[in-house]
Amino acid sequence: MRVVLAEDLFLLRDGLVRLLEAYGFEIAAAVESGPELTRALAELKPDVAVVDVRLPPTHTDEGLQCALRARRERPGLPVLVLSQHVEQLYARELLADGSGAVGYLLKDRVFDADQFVDAVRRVAAGGTAMDPQVIQQLLTRRAAGDRPLGRLTPREIEVLELMAQGRSNTAIAAQLVVTERAIAKHTSNIFAKLGLEVSDDDNRRVLAVLAYLDQGH
Amino acid sequence: MSMDTESGNGRTTAREVATTAARGLALALVSLPGAVLCFVLSAVSVALIPVGVGIVTTPWVLTGVRAFADRRRLLAARWGGVRIPRAYRPLPKDAGPWARTFGMLADPATWRDLRWLPVDMTAGFLTALLPAVLVLYPLEGLTIAAGLWRVLPDGYWYGFVPVTGQASALAAGALGAVLLASAPRLTPPLLRGHFRLARAVLGSPQGELAERVRVLTETRQVAVDASAAELRRIERDLHDGAQARLVAMGMDLGTVEMLLDKDPAKARELLAQARRSSADALAELRDLVRGIHPPVLAERGLGDAVRALALRMPLATEVTVDLDGRAEAPVESAAYFAVSELLANAVKHADADRIWIDLHHVAEGAGVLRVTVTDNGRGGAAVEPGSGLAGVERRLGTFDGVLAVSSPAGGPTMVTLEIPCALS
Repeated sequence: MRVVLAEDLFLLRDGLVRLLEAYGFEIAAAVESGPELTRALAELKPDVAVVDVRLPPTHTDEGLQCALRARRERPGLPVLVLSQHVEQLYARELLADGSGAVGYLLKDRVFDADQFVDAVRRVAAGGTAMDPQVIQQLLTRRAAGDRPLGRLTPREIEVLELMAQGRSNTAIAAQLVVTERAIAKHTSNIFAKLGLEVSDDDNRRVLAVLAYLDQGH
Repeated sequence: MSMDTESGNGRTTAREVATTAARGLALALVSLPGAVLCFVLSAVSVALIPVGVGIVTTPWVLTGVRAFADRRRLLAARWGGVRIPRAYRPLPKDAGPWARTFGMLADPATWRDLRWLPVDMTAGFLTALLPAVLVLYPLEGLTIAAGLWRVLPDGYWYGFVPVTGQASALAAGALGAVLLASAPRLTPPLLRGHFRLARAVLGSPQGELAERVRVLTETRQVAVDASAAELRRIERDLHDGAQARLVAMGMDLGTVEMLLDKDPAKARELLAQARRSSADALAELRDLVRGIHPPVLAERGLGDAVRALALRMPLATEVTVDLDGRAEAPVESAAYFAVSELLANAVKHADADRIWIDLHHVAEGAGVLRVTVTDNGRGGAAVEPGSGLAGVERRLGTFDGVLAVSSPAGGPTMVTLEIPCALS
């Protein structure tokens, strides 16, 4: 699987290259600025891009903007955005086109190599990987002024959180140490309580959850 | 006091002209004897200083002169909209007559008062009288036309019209009518002219500057205190938080190095702990950075930073942004933290379930950034000493910003803040 990597800090870039190579990815390019990233994405056509939000030359949200532009030209281009901080505002912009294959994670998540690599693979396969912090914020916000979430059991909330991050039923079952059947039951309960359409497609499932969490604003 | 001479309502205009004329007349009647009295008393009192009597009387007389001038300052602001700054030097409370006399005489403001008195009794008297004349003189013209010309002696002139018979009397009446018609346009500027003259002589060119210096000194003190406290907080947070965690992590790693061969299971456990420590340290650093300068603010500017802030609110928050550029970083930062504080207030105290934030920039003049935060809570918010709002107000002061609160009991609460600035 070919990856284009954009990160301006040499140490982190080097670490990410080594990490991804160790897990069998092929690094098509590892660049350090916005214009380089745009060029690499257009020329190399990678399977997935791992992009830092803040990149030179502007040192603002250059990386995010490049990723969004590239996705407008090539809809569905898998992009995993890494950031020193996560903002719902940016998460929404990434999810806005509704075509999935996006991820938005705190840089800290690379500490857990297995989970990070899992997120890269998920995004490359057209799924989503949202940072638990984004989901947490959404959930607290919804819970404060909304009744349907109040009808969920604590276990269902837990499952909803993991589901919104983009995990499959198998992954959720593994994380919560229960059977996949139990998770399937929880998810159908959640969908029923929240009035969401049932779907087998992981990606559409996440978008449905996020759309629900987001609605009304 | 509105001086709307363009008013379409004839009665209002007539009343305004009459009021202005009456005010001018009153001013003229008071300023002439008042100024003469003050001037004579001051001159005599100062002249008597060598014989000792003046030492006692001068402070009294000069205080009276100041009261006379203050009265005019008040009327200038109330009737003419003219601000004449007051810039007397403060005298020590327990000063003796000697110190008071010479303290007052050493004050340039005293000499400005004394210089103003002769101006006020001459030019000031005339400028104050003119509005009244402008109203009364046309009345004379009209009465001449109405028949008064019959009893007037030969060679009587009304303005530039020699009154000799009915025809010329009618001409005088026409002139009076023209003058009367022009009165609404002329009287207010004439009265304002009187006050402008007073300001030119009485107002210290440094009065406004002195006031400005006082405000700047005060706000600088607030800014210095606030930034010192902020630095202490950052230092403490770094020292107790991230720094301590990194030290613990280093120690854990050292132990791991040693345990690697002897007890791999224990080493693995410590490695996991070290990784958790580094994640915690990062989380703390992130919070710290958000408290110093929020990343979205740096990346996107005030509009999106406030939008991101609204997304984190536990209640429905609507944001309207109308900014076509970015303000300077310190201004953006001040506005952001002010909004953040206002939102926290609304969530904590207002018992609201909706908040509206409106950000826009007024380009007129030097430009003003105006932010309005409205909630539908229970109201009753006030800028009281020690309250969060007072803190916001003080910190905005550093940027010449102001805060206005409208919060009747029962709500809604609307807080508006304005910071003069240009966008780029």
